[in-house]
Amino acid sequence: MAKHIGKQSMKFDKNISIKATASTVGTKEGEGPLREYFDVILQDNLLGQESWEKAESKMASDNLKLAINKAGLSPRDIDYVITGDLLNQCCGSTFGVRGLKIPFFGVFGACSTMGEAMSLCAILIDGGGAKNTIAGASSHFCSAEKQFRFPMDLGTQRTPTATWTVTGDGAAVITEGNEHPYITGITTGKIVDMGITDANNMGAAMAPAAADAIYQHFQDFGRKPDHYDHIVTGDLGYVGKDLLLKLLKEKGYDISKVHIDCGIEIFDKDRQDTHSGGSGCACSAVTFAGMLYHKLRRKMINSILFVPTGALMSPTSVQQGESIAGIAHCVVIENQGVSQ
Amino acid sequence: MGKEMTKEQYGKMVKKASPNSPIIKNCVKAFIVGGIICTIGQVITNIAKFYGASVEEAGTYTSVILVVAASILTGLGLYSKLGKFAGAGSIVPITGFSNSVTSPAIEFKKEGMILGLGAKIFIVAGPVILYGVLTSVIVGIVYCILG
Repeated sequence: MAKHIGKQSMKFDKNISIKATASTVGTKEGEGPLREYFDVILQDNLLGQESWEKAESKMASDNLKLAINKAGLSPRDIDYVITGDLLNQCCGSTFGVRGLKIPFFGVFGACSTMGEAMSLCAILIDGGGAKNTIAGASSHFCSAEKQFRFPMDLGTQRTPTATWTVTGDGAAVITEGNEHPYITGITTGKIVDMGITDANNMGAAMAPAAADAIYQHFQDFGRKPDHYDHIVTGDLGYVGKDLLLKLLKEKGYDISKVHIDCGIEIFDKDRQDTHSGGSGCACSAVTFAGMLYHKLRRKMINSILFVPTGALMSPTSVQQGESIAGIAHCVVIENQGVSQ
Repeated sequence: MGKEMTKEQYGKMVKKASPNSPIIKNCVKAFIVGGIICTIGQVITNIAKFYGASVEEAGTYTSVILVVAASILTGLGLYSKLGKFAGAGSIVPITGFSNSVTSPAIEFKKEGMILGLGAKIFIVAGPVILYGVLTSVIVGIVYCILG
């Protein structure tokens, strides 16, 4: 059984294996620096569907099936699917999972969803409640723009601090077993709100939450930054990364040598005109399912602290003058299992 | 570990870390593109007048042609590209108004002609119409009293 340690963390007893991952991305992501790591690069961001929302669900559905296939399993073998997305009522996930006939927990953690889903899968397995689970998260640039910003064809300019929502779906099949890498622990983040109200500066809204979760992780586990090959935040972008490093330095931790941010990795800022970087649920999900898993599996890296970051805002709350609350969840992923 | 940071302190830190929009560059681009759009409008007006239209008629022709042209360009996905380059230069002229009506029409058509397109077509331009009409009513009343 999992052991609660420190204030916000758990250490797992069982070998919780990430047996396989799958990543599907849109055309722009497929032209980015991480293209070689993705399983599927879409040629048509509508996937032959009538709407962006339907396209996102189709992408989620196809990618979940791909992940299950890659793990050598069938949907019948999966005990739980835990996924989420950015759309109202998580409809991207609902209709993506609809045809799979697997017990479903829909979760919302904004862009931190992948961390939340992976944490919950690990808890389910460690507690004996499940053997095979799948965690996933999706986002689509066009459906997110439509819901959170403006219609696609409106001629506006983006600010330098704005981020670009990643089109994609990342999924990980998490099971009890002896195939590396393993989820060995988690630190669940608190909502941290430092009063940012600019919806075009999500990195600034999320950086304090990331700093808080990472700091608490070090405290709870008694670890230092150099314990990890990489500390990987979700979608802070250039502005958020800068702030995170400063915030943690003030708390006595220098993570600059090991820190990478999925939002920075996924796009080439200058060539792809993505301003502060990538964002969205899929940003951390596909970067993990693609590049990070690839490197872990081949032992090019052996331990990461995966910290998807989310800005918990709705257009309504922002219009009502509410600030943008941030959250971040830490997932420890290592090639060394706990019971070997 | 030091003292907890306040929201004010963090706000200052964010301001320092966040790059500003290139205002001068944006203004120059807006000036040039906005100027070109207005010049095109003037050319249409002059042509209409040349062919015998009154000033009022010429103005109507100009508005109609610019609005239709911008609407077509929006449908072709070109106006958003112009908007990205020009910013206010392509938002402020009447073509920008056309774009702000056409783009939600395209986007929300999938939710149906009534509750989608019908209800949301003015989601961007609505405030301009509302407060534009309100302002003209106020000006009209003032004009009525003074005139």
